[in-house]
Formats: sequence, C-alpha cells, structure tokens
Amino acid sequence: MAAIASRVVGAQRSRNGILIGTAVMAAVLAVAPFAGIYPVFVMKALCFALFACAFNLLLGFGGLLSFGHAMFLGTAGYVSAYAAKAWGLTPELAIIAGTAASALLGVAVGALAIRRQGIYFAMITLAIAQMMYFFYVQAPFTHGEDGIQSVPRGRLFGLLDLSQPLAMYYTVLVVFIAAFVLIYRIIHSPFGQVLKAIRENEARAVSLGYDADRYKLLAFVLSATLAGLAGAVKAIVFQLASLTDVHWTMSGEVVLMTLLGGMGTIFGPVVGAFIIVALESYLAGFGEWVTVITGAIFVVCVLAFRRGIVGELAAWWAKRRG
Amino acid sequence: MQALFGQLLIGLINGAFYAMLSLGLAVIFGLLNIINFTHGAQYMMGAFCAWLLLQYAHVGDYYLGYWWALVIAPLVVGAIGIVIERTMLSRLYKLDHLYGLLLTFGLALVIQGVFRNEFGSSGLPYQIPALLTGGLNLGFMFLPIYRAWVIVASLIICLATWYVIERTKLGSYLRAATENRELVQAFGVNVPRMITLTFGFGVALAALAGVMAAPIYQVNPLMGADLIIVVFAVVVIGGMGSIMGAILTGFALGVIEGLTKYFYPEASSTVIFVIMVIVLLVRPAGLFGRER
Repeated sequence: MAAIASRVVGAQRSRNGILIGTAVMAAVLAVAPFAGIYPVFVMKALCFALFACAFNLLLGFGGLLSFGHAMFLGTAGYVSAYAAKAWGLTPELAIIAGTAASALLGVAVGALAIRRQGIYFAMITLAIAQMMYFFYVQAPFTHGEDGIQSVPRGRLFGLLDLSQPLAMYYTVLVVFIAAFVLIYRIIHSPFGQVLKAIRENEARAVSLGYDADRYKLLAFVLSATLAGLAGAVKAIVFQLASLTDVHWTMSGEVVLMTLLGGMGTIFGPVVGAFIIVALESYLAGFGEWVTVITGAIFVVCVLAFRRGIVGELAAWWAKRRG
Repeated sequence: MQALFGQLLIGLINGAFYAMLSLGLAVIFGLLNIINFTHGAQYMMGAFCAWLLLQYAHVGDYYLGYWWALVIAPLVVGAIGIVIERTMLSRLYKLDHLYGLLLTFGLALVIQGVFRNEFGSSGLPYQIPALLTGGLNLGFMFLPIYRAWVIVASLIICLATWYVIERTKLGSYLRAATENRELVQAFGVNVPRMITLTFGFGVALAALAGVMAAPIYQVNPLMGADLIIVVFAVVVIGGMGSIMGAILTGFALGVIEGLTKYFYPEASSTVIFVIMVIVLLVRPAGLFGRER
C-alpha cells in the first residue's frame, strides 16, 4: 500500500514538474524575441519541435519506429501552401486543410504499416514515404525542384496580419504550446496508458481485451496529424513548400531529434529539435560535414546515450533523490 | 521492339543488383536480426574502391584494374564491415533490433558525407574492362557484352550463395544458428565468430555488387542511398525467410520495373513501392516469408 501511495505521490510530483516545466518553457519562448534571440530561428525550431513531439508520440509511447514521417510534414506543407496561394484561403483554413490531408494519409499508411512489426514497420514506412517523394517530384502542382514559393502569409481569421513578424511569432508559439499540451493529455489519458501497455507487451494487452491494432492505428493517425500541423505551419511561416520536407533525410532528422533529446520523454523532442536546428544553422557553412556530424551524433547516441539528454537528466535526478 | 528489349535488359541488370543486395540483407538479418542500413553505402564503397585502385594503385605501368577490384574491393569493404560489427554492432545484440537500424543509418550518413566531401557529388566514370567491351547483335537487339556478363556473374554469385547456405555443412550451421543461437553454441560452434564472418560476407557481397555496377552507373557517393530504399521494398515484398525468395524477387522486380519504363514511364520510379503496398494487403508476411 505504501509503495502504491508513494508511487501516486511520485506521479503527482512529476505531473507538477511537467506543468511547471511547460509554463517556464512558454514564458521563456514568449519573451525570447525581446531577449535578442532571432525569431525566425525560434519559429523554425518550434515547427521541428512539434514535428519531433508528434513523432515521439508514436515511437516513445507506441514503440513504433516510423522511418517515413517526412511524408506527413511535407504533404501538409504542400497542401497548405497550395491552398493559401492558389485558392487564396486564409492561413488558418490553409493550415487546417494541410493538417487534414496528412491525417487522411496517416489513416491509409497506418492501416498498411501496422500489418507488420518492428523492423518491417520501419522499412514499410520508409518505402511508402519514398513513393510519396517520387509522386511529389512528378506532380505538376508542387513545381518539382523549385517548390511552391512565395506563399502568402495572409491575415489570420481575416484580422491579424501575419506578415508582421511578431504576429507570426506568437501565432506559431500558441499553436506549438496548444499541440504540446494536447500531446501531454493524450499520453496521460487512458488511451495513452493502453498504448504504453501495448508497447511493453502486446500479447498481454491483447489478452486483456484491448484491440492492439486499433490503438496502434489511432496513435499513428494522431502522430501523422500533428506532424502535418507542424508542416502546415512551417509552410506558412517560411512561405515555402519544397522537396526537402518530403525527402528521407528529413525522416532521419526527426528520428535523430527525438533520440538525442530522449525518446519517451515529454520535453526530450523539444530539446533535441532546438539543438539540431541550432547545430544546422551554425554549421551551414561547412556543407557536407553537417551530414557527417549528424550521422556521428546518431552513432554516439545509440552506443552510449540511449536515454537521450532529457532521459539521462531525469535518471540522474531520480538517482540523486534516492 | 528494340526499345522494349532495351528496357528489359536494363530491368534485368537492375534486378541483378536488387537480388545481390537483398540477398546480403537477408543473410545478415537471418543471423544478426539487424537491418543493415549501411548496405547502400557499402555498395558505394565497393565501387569507389574499384575506382581508387584504377586511379592510384599501380606498379609501373601495370594498373590494378577491374579483375583485381572484383577480389580486393569485397575483401577491403568486408574487413571494414567486420570492424564495424566487432566495435559497434556487437554491443547492441541484447537491445531492441531498432537500435541496430538507427546505428547503421547514422553510419551510412557518416560514410556518405565523408565520400561527398572527398569526391564531390558528380559521378566519376569507370571504364569497362577491355575483355568485356563491345557487343553482340542478336538480330532483335544489341547486347553489350559487359551487361550480359553482369547478369550471368550475379546469377552465379546468387546461386553459389544459395548453395552454400542451403546445401553445405557450413550453411547448416548458419541456418541452425538462425533458429536457435544458444543451442548451436552449446554444440561447440563458435557462434560469435560466425556472426562476425556472416556480417563481413554480406557486406562483401554489397561491395562486389558495387564493383560490378561501377562501369554501368557512374561512381557516385550517393549511388547507394536511394537504391537501398528500393532494396528495402524488395525485401518487404519477398520476405526475408528464404534465400531463393530474395534472389527471385530481386530479378523479378527489376524486370517489372523495366517493363513499366517502357509501357508507362511515369510510374517507373514508384512501381516497386506500389507492388509492396499490394503485397502487404494480400500477403503481409511477404511472398516467400513466414511471420516470426
């Protein structure tokens, strides 16, 4: 009984910790533009952080490694860029359109991919993402190598002019925090608990009467939708949808962000995304060495550092408290 | 008609490479339970090894050409593979298989990045060896001798591998270890060494394919990067349970891709993935696979 009670207290404590952490993160990000931090950098990092959080929902809590998540980022980017530019939709509608497109794609791909497990799941998602990549290379509306350029940012709800840098910044921040809280809620809902149970022992979860495939599919679709949201916002912020976002290197990048920050942790993907985006903009002048360094980080993480930054910190903290 | 047979030939050539690469992947997966993402990079290293030998390794006027490369490149790249297995992969066997995939993905990025820094991303030409230049006029088509050689040689290599694994004593150890590693070890077989050598062999097979590919495709740091994803799809279609299955699927998909290029070129880059989706719907374990 005492053990259960202490676990409940522990859970309550960690929940408080996450709540405080989220509030601190939101506050820091809200004042960041006034502290001399380049807003475009933060917006880029936030889009990738959301992408990585969405990916982490699937890998860290569902135990499913998708090696093709770029297809959701890129698809939403293309659809919302096209909706904003060619149809002249307002930004919020364009973002909804893009996110919905990724959700639909998520249903189709998820239904296929969960038919196999483990390593096959990774290969299947990678192969389908590559198929989507070739589709976007050939489809006329994506303009191939050029991408959809100079997408109008427009007015949010017809009122707020997003071409104002600060207006755009706070819109991105609000979307990110809302999605972050949503992911936290999903993980700590009964659905999230069942998902974790399936990750730990699928056979046992099935024997308890849970339809594992259904849970996995829902997790996949949620992850795809939120990854799509990241891609749609990114397309509006940078006024560009290009092939970079659907290429397999992008799928690898989100795996790296999650692994580096700590898979299965709430804040890990955010930390990982900020580090990788910072690293890339810092090393932009070194050309191909960026790939080498990215790969080396992968190798080091897998060999020596599997819990990631946030995971290692949490383990260190737990040990210190005894 | 000429064009159709031309595409069919290209399809067979591509199929030969799919078969050799997916064979290596299947052999490695069988024993190590690891999907080797560096396979494409190791194929590229094989091609570069051949190119470097021709460029720099010579005794007076005598250059180490194609025939030397066929022997040296697999040995060198295979040895590098063995070092990778001993120093890194062997630490991951007790963990989730996904870590092996992540590690080899990172290694592939490192290798490809280093080669791009060193050699740029444009292709480097590699000459067809003198013995295999020229072609045959078959009446309905012109058959370059080198391409015929690639198809025949890769068929021989694939069938030899199949024979060793399915019909010899060494192969029976290997298959037994795939089923139950501990039991085989208890019988006194040095399983860790067998694992290392198997990985080296699979990697050497990729390098050999790279040497054979060098005169056909140009030698390019990224030549393996996109190819490996197609080979993954081939592996999903065939299922990794059977060696012969990997060989047949590889050749068959190459031919199908070639035919698509002739009849409906827009779909040629996606047809293998579409087939993968259909196979997953109809027979999730793959055509020759069994669920494990």
